[in-house]
Amino acid sequence: MKAADPKEIFQQEAQDLLVQLEQALLDLEHAPADGALIDTAFRALHTIKGSGSMFGFEAVAAFTHHVETAFDKVRQGAIAPNRELIMITLHARDHMRQLIENPEAADSSAGQAILAELQRIMEAGAAPVAATPAGPASYRVRIAFPRDVMATGTNPLLLLDELRGLGRATVAALTDDVPTLDVIDPTACHVGWEVMLSTAQPPTAIEDVFLFVRDEMTLEIEPIRDTTPETPLGEILSQRGDVTSQAVEAALHEQKRVGELLVEAGAVSPDKVNAALAEQQHLRRDGAPKPSANSSVRVPAERLGELMDQVGELVIAQSRLRQIATVSADQQVKSVAEEIERLVLELRDTTMSIRMVPIGALFGRFRRVVHDLSRDLGKEVALTMEGEETELDKTVIEQLNDPLVHLIRNAIDHGLEDPAGRAAAGKPQLGHIKLAARHAGMEVLISIQDDGRGMNRERIRARAEERGLLAKGAAVSDGELLQMIFQPGFSTAAQVTSLSGRGVGMDVVKRTIEGLRGAIDLQSTPGHGSEVTLRLPLTLAIIDGLLVRVGNGRYVLPLGAVEECVELSAQEDARSRGRSFLNIRGDLVPYLRLRELFACQTPADPYQKVVIVSSGDLKVGLVVDQVIGDHQTVIKSLSKLHADVEMLSGATILGDGAVALILDIPHLVEFGQVREENQRAAG
Amino acid sequence: MSQQGSKMSKRNDGAALEVLTLRLDGHLFALEAGHVREILDLGPVTEVPSAAPFVNGLINVRGKVVPLADLRLKFGMEKTSATIDTRVIVIEIDLAGDQTTIGLLADKVFEVTEIVPAEIEETPRIGMIWRQEYISCVGKRGDDFIIVLDIAAIFASALRDRKGDTRSKRNAA
Repeated sequence: MKAADPKEIFQQEAQDLLVQLEQALLDLEHAPADGALIDTAFRALHTIKGSGSMFGFEAVAAFTHHVETAFDKVRQGAIAPNRELIMITLHARDHMRQLIENPEAADSSAGQAILAELQRIMEAGAAPVAATPAGPASYRVRIAFPRDVMATGTNPLLLLDELRGLGRATVAALTDDVPTLDVIDPTACHVGWEVMLSTAQPPTAIEDVFLFVRDEMTLEIEPIRDTTPETPLGEILSQRGDVTSQAVEAALHEQKRVGELLVEAGAVSPDKVNAALAEQQHLRRDGAPKPSANSSVRVPAERLGELMDQVGELVIAQSRLRQIATVSADQQVKSVAEEIERLVLELRDTTMSIRMVPIGALFGRFRRVVHDLSRDLGKEVALTMEGEETELDKTVIEQLNDPLVHLIRNAIDHGLEDPAGRAAAGKPQLGHIKLAARHAGMEVLISIQDDGRGMNRERIRARAEERGLLAKGAAVSDGELLQMIFQPGFSTAAQVTSLSGRGVGMDVVKRTIEGLRGAIDLQSTPGHGSEVTLRLPLTLAIIDGLLVRVGNGRYVLPLGAVEECVELSAQEDARSRGRSFLNIRGDLVPYLRLRELFACQTPADPYQKVVIVSSGDLKVGLVVDQVIGDHQTVIKSLSKLHADVEMLSGATILGDGAVALILDIPHLVEFGQVREENQRAAG
Repeated sequence: MSQQGSKMSKRNDGAALEVLTLRLDGHLFALEAGHVREILDLGPVTEVPSAAPFVNGLINVRGKVVPLADLRLKFGMEKTSATIDTRVIVIEIDLAGDQTTIGLLADKVFEVTEIVPAEIEETPRIGMIWRQEYISCVGKRGDDFIIVLDIAAIFASALRDRKGDTRSKRNAA
């Protein structure tokens, strides 16, 4: 093992700092008064400068010094972080990155130009900014609507959501005034709310939320002062005027939990205590916004890959051991084999979890992409993200970057209309791109959604016919038509822009996703936007499988897709051919005879089994000769020579050293459903 | 190791050619020794349903899943069952950008030998029963001929021959 090069360590650290800097700058654009963000940016710059000069990156240190100076002024409040400044700092960040990664190729004149521009902005912006408080202030907002508020068409929930949009909010409901069931009026609003809001906006912005109901309702907005996360609950309650300080004092003498005691004493309602608890919680989170990142270790990705390979070999060796132990009469061998099995499974799970990383880090990169595109194309775009904590295999995440950048570009460039087009369509100026990730069974779904014009079916058809991909006027399902855009060289863009429309890319996206054993779904509503969903397998390395036998061949079904196993009854077996579906508790499930599909020559086993598998909402039965049992399956990909065999998603090595094939469930289910439909249509 | 290049002229660089000789259906063939990783006895073969007949098997080579190709089928010979002499030649070639390990079935494997440039002849345009594009060159060995196979070309064509597959074509281009 070679000692790590200190320069490499600096480069890696600087990478992280540059990401932090970029994120802080992008956030700052929306919250220019946030002192914490300015501090983050400043600290990143300062550290890069410091360690840069320490490790001999003089050019980096010298350049960063100027940017740091500028941000020091921002930090002191001498200059406001306006759009222009943020833009030039982003450029400076890109230049720094180049200086760090590839110092020889960096263009020093470009660096000079950035610094000159920075200087100009600094001078222009040097006028002292209005004395806005640095950092967000916290407010306690008490809301009580009139009883008939819902009758006048106001939805309190929407107002609360709007309030949430102003900053970080913790909402507590006050249900003191809710009457007992016998006298309750179900159409009235009995609930009040208390919202603890941390926002950079002035209190008037809070009032503006309630503009239309302001006169009828009770709205109290108080700044929360002098409370720290350590402020005792009793003090918060008394400061809020919910309870007198004497009552708190009295309660404190009895050494029980103060909130509980106050409720027992009837001094305050449980809801008020909950609201105060929520406030304490809210402030606590303000105090410690992020867990420290120091408890992690950097490991090169290749070494993780090696580890995974070795665990894979170990799993295979272990399944051989299990086979030997099963037939052995030696109790000691059996017990050791069992223990090793347990250890290997734990080791496997741990190793796999090391490779799992949240997708948020990848999503974060796209904020810059959207920011730059929005500027270049003159379209206002808001990017929202969901499910950033969704975990995915690291190797998968790395390969997702390019396809996702491409899809986001497409969504902004082709999907979203230009400002005039949006106005004409009666849509708000601001276009929305939503990036979401979630787990669904054995898969991770990543979707890119826009609220633009949607895909133009006529144009796709015209283009497909022009390119000879589709016969003129041929009937084709909507899904198949949309999938045409993944054909190489396919582009319906009337104009080629510098970003997209060259027709390179969508086929590459599809190929990359298929290379990861995933699939792409498309949905598009004309006038309302499109959604591209990438379906990816959870892991590329090891799965739990169900081993079955068809003829002489053994096959693995991913256990996550298996619903149940049933026997194919003799009468069902006999009448098959014409209509091949089973009645599973009232559901008609089509089934496929794998023996026919694989053209097996050997005689069939007398009692055929059906393994019911599912993909999405669809189910299909697979008729096999024998269900052997569960099997730890180390996935080995097939070579390009077999890339065209769509029924298979890979291969694995069994305990006895033979190769078994892994069946691709989504393909088989699709195949079964299509055949079923055709049979129904024919019959 | 040069694997690409024009068919006729690529062996005329003056150096001796190291090859592994083998037998297929009574004919003497050879592979460039540089491609060969190891030679194994034939173990259990897993059949791949609906794959092209000439590469419809998978074998386990030291924990790796490797496709098994039967060149006899590529050359229009009959498929035969394995004999005591049957061997698997494990080769490694560049397949559309991927370094790929492939097992080749041989009826018998002889030796690694050198063909000196004086013994190398151009592939005759006529009088050959095998497709010219699969043959790298022909070496003379006494009265006998050794047909040196261009395995990279054989498997590249196997990828191209696949029905309706645009993907590999683009990669190969």
